[in-house]
Amino acid sequence: MLLLAAPLLFTASCKPGKVSETTDADAAQKVYVAPGKHDELYLFASGGFSGQLAAYGIPSGRLLKVIPVFSQNPENGWGYNENTKAMLNTSNGFIPWDDAHHPELSKTNGEDDGRWIFINGNNTPRIARIDLATFKTAEIIELPNSAGNHASPFCTENTEYLVGNTRFSVPEEGKDDVPIDTYKETFQGNVSFVKVDPKSGRMSVAFQIRVPGFNYDLAHAGKGPSHDWMFFTTYNTEQAHTLLEVNASQKDKDFIMALNWKKAEELIAQGKGKKTPAKYAHNILDENTHTATSTMENSVMVLDVKDFPELVYYMPCPKSPHGVDITPDGEFMVASGKLAATLPVFSFKKMLEAIKNKSYEGKVAGNLPVLKYESVLQAEVQKPGLGPLHTEFDDKGFAYTTMFVSSEVVKWSLKDYKVVDRIPVYYSPGHLSIPGGDSKKPYGKYVIALNKITKDRYLPTGPELTQSAQLIDITGDKMKVLLDFPTIGEPHYAQSIPAEKIVKNQKRFYKIEENKNPFVTSSEKDARVVRKGNRVDIYMTAIRSHLAPDNIEGVQVGDEVYFHVTNLEQDWDVPHGFAIKGANTAELLIMPGETNTLKWTPSKPGMFPYYCTDFCSALHQEMQGYLRVSPKGSSTPLKYGIGTKVEHQQ
Amino acid sequence: MLSIYVLPLWRIVLEAPQYPEGLEMQIWLTGITGNVDQINGLNHYIGMKHIVVENFWEFKVLPYLYGAIVLIGFLVAWKGSVKLLWVWLGILLAFTVFGLVDFYLWEYDYGHNLDPTAAIKVEGMTYQPPLIGYKQLLNFLAGSFPDIGGILVGIGGLIAAGVLYIENKRKNSLPRKSLI
Repeated sequence: MLLLAAPLLFTASCKPGKVSETTDADAAQKVYVAPGKHDELYLFASGGFSGQLAAYGIPSGRLLKVIPVFSQNPENGWGYNENTKAMLNTSNGFIPWDDAHHPELSKTNGEDDGRWIFINGNNTPRIARIDLATFKTAEIIELPNSAGNHASPFCTENTEYLVGNTRFSVPEEGKDDVPIDTYKETFQGNVSFVKVDPKSGRMSVAFQIRVPGFNYDLAHAGKGPSHDWMFFTTYNTEQAHTLLEVNASQKDKDFIMALNWKKAEELIAQGKGKKTPAKYAHNILDENTHTATSTMENSVMVLDVKDFPELVYYMPCPKSPHGVDITPDGEFMVASGKLAATLPVFSFKKMLEAIKNKSYEGKVAGNLPVLKYESVLQAEVQKPGLGPLHTEFDDKGFAYTTMFVSSEVVKWSLKDYKVVDRIPVYYSPGHLSIPGGDSKKPYGKYVIALNKITKDRYLPTGPELTQSAQLIDITGDKMKVLLDFPTIGEPHYAQSIPAEKIVKNQKRFYKIEENKNPFVTSSEKDARVVRKGNRVDIYMTAIRSHLAPDNIEGVQVGDEVYFHVTNLEQDWDVPHGFAIKGANTAELLIMPGETNTLKWTPSKPGMFPYYCTDFCSALHQEMQGYLRVSPKGSSTPLKYGIGTKVEHQQ
Repeated sequence: MLSIYVLPLWRIVLEAPQYPEGLEMQIWLTGITGNVDQINGLNHYIGMKHIVVENFWEFKVLPYLYGAIVLIGFLVAWKGSVKLLWVWLGILLAFTVFGLVDFYLWEYDYGHNLDPTAAIKVEGMTYQPPLIGYKQLLNFLAGSFPDIGGILVGIGGLIAAGVLYIENKRKNSLPRKSLI
C-alpha cells in the first residue's frame, strides 16, 4: 500500500511547470548597435511621475536624452532660469512637477509624422507640445474644468485636435464648493478638444463637452471610416465618491463612450456653444527670444451633452475598461476590461447601424442612449489572460494586448479573434508600444512592454527599484524577448518612430542673428554691466574659452543681479554652462546662439567666482570670472572688463 | 573658363577626432565661404589671426584680372592665331603661378605670425597649411586642393596646351596658317 502511495505522493508534490522565459538565441546580435552606429528607431517613453519625457534608441535601449516637460530640471535650468519659469505657470501659480503619462506623436493622414510629440500632465491638467527638431518643450496649455487629465492627449488623424478627458469628474469651476456626497448631482466629466495649428503647432482649447460624472480612463480617435469619432473608456459608472476599489467595481458592465467630434465642431461653428468663464494658463516658449511667456485665458466654449444627446453613444463593456484601441483600418474598437474574462471587439459599422436602428438597451444619465452590447459586438477574444489593459497592432493583422495581472503580452489574430501566442514579461505591464502601433500604418517588428514592477530583475537599489521596458521581437510566429532595460521614472506609455523621420528635421544650433532676446549680446565688444537702482543687468558672452566680462566689481548685497549669458558659438554640440557661487537656483545651460538669464540676489558680501559648467574645450577650466560683492551702500565703483582691455567704468 | 565666377576655386579641409564630419573652407574668385567662423574660433587657441575676407585685397582685384584674361582668350579664339594662343597660355600660367605664390605667402603669414600670448604653444610648431595635399597640424589633418572651378580652369589651360601641341605637330607635317 505504502509502496503504491509513494509514486503518487511524489507526483502530487511536484510543482506544475512555469512558462519559461523565451529569450531569442540571437538576442545579443539583434540589439547590438556597434559603437558609432545609430539605432533604427526612437522610443519616446513618458517618465510617469518624473514629469519628463525620455528618448531612447531601439533596439539598443540606450537612453539618449531626458526632455524636461512638467518638472523643473536643474541640469539645464528648465523651470529655474528666467527664460523657462513661465512654462510651469498654471492657474494655481507656479508648479514644479506633474505626472506625465501618454506621449502622442503628431499625425498626418493617420501616420506618425515626426514633427511634434504631445504629452499630458495628469495631476494639474495640462498638455505639452515638444518640438522634435529641438527636443524642447515648446508649449504647455492648461485644461480648465478638469481633474486627472488621464484620457489625454490622443490626437485625431491629422492632429486636428488633441483630447483631454477627466479621470476625476468634478463640479464646474466656480460652483465647486459643494459637499462631496452631492457627487451624483453636481459632478461631471469634461472632454476638452485642443486645436493644433497645422503649421506652427500652436494649441488652443477649442471647446469642451460636459459629459456624465463617470471616471474617463483612456481615449483613442477613429481613423479612416471612423475619422469623425473619438472613443473613451469609462469606469465608476456607479458614480461612487468613496472606496472606489469596491464601490466602482459592482456593475457587470461599464461603457465605451463614442463621441462625434465632427458634429461637436459643427455645433460650435453654428454658435451653439456657451461661452463660460474659466481660468487657465497658456505658456509658449519662443524660439527666437528663447523665452517663455504665460498668458492667462479666461473663457471656454462649452457644449453639454444633455442639450445635444446625439453627440454621444454608450456601448456596454465588461468591467472597468481601461484602454480602447482602434485597429489600423479604423473598423474595430478593442476594449480591455481590466477585471473582465474576455476581450470584446466592437465594430464601427455595427455601431453606426445600431445608432440608425435605435438599437438601444436603455438610457444613462437621463437621456443618453446605451447601444445593445450584442448589436455592436464583432467578437470576444476568449481566455486572453488576466487583467487586459492595452492593445496595439502590427503590420501583419495581429493585435497584442498586455495582461497586467498574469504579467504577459498576448498576441491574437484580427481575422478569427483567436489567441496565437503569449509571452511572459517582468512584471505587470501597463501599456505596450509597437512602432506606429496606434496609427494607420504600423511599422511592426517590435513590441515594447512597459513594466510597472521589476523586483528581482536587476541589481537591487534599496527599497526603491527601477521600472523597465522590455523589447520583444514580433517578426516570427513566436514572440521572443530581446532586451530588458531600466527607464527613468515610470515608463507609463511610449511611442516609437523610425529614426529618419526625426533625424531629417534636427536643429543643430540657433543662428545668433535670429536671436531676438531683449538681453542678447551678439558681440563680445558689447558685453557690459548696467545698473539701474538696485537692479544690475550683466550682458555676458560665452565663447571658447572665456566669459566676458570676467571681472566685475561694484555689486552690492541685496542687488537684483541678472546674468544674461549669450552663447556666441555657431557650431553643433558646443553648449556653455554658467554658475555662480551662492546662487539660490540651478545653473544655466546655454545652447549655441541662445541667451539665458539667471537671477541672483547676493545675500552677503564677498568674492564670488563664476564659471562655465559644461566641459566645452581644452581650456574649459580657464573659463571663469570673479564678481565682487560689497556691503549695501558701499562706495565701490561699478567696474567690469576682460583681459588687457582697460576696465570700463559706468 | 567663366565657371569660376559661380564655382569655388580652391578648398581647404580640416579633419579632427571632434570633427568627424570635417570643416571646410572654399576659396572663390571673390571671397571665402564655408566654416570660416568655426575655423577662426579654433585658430584662436594657437594665436592665428582671424580670417576676414575684407583683409584680402586680392578678392577686389581678381574678378577683373581674371575677366581680362578670359576676354583676351576670346579675342585669341576669334583671331585664331596660334602665336597669340601661346601668349595667352603664358598669361594664364603666370596668373596661376602668381595665384599659388600669393596663396602660399598668405598661408605662410597665417601659419607663422602667431599671437605670442596664444594659449597653445608648441615648441618649433608652425601651422602653415599645405599648398596642395595633406598635412597634420596638431589634432587636425589639413588638406588643400583645387575645387571644381579651379579644376575647370586647369582643364581650360590643358585644352589650350593640347591645341598648341597638336598644331605644333601638324605644322611640322603640313604647315597651315590659321586655326580651325
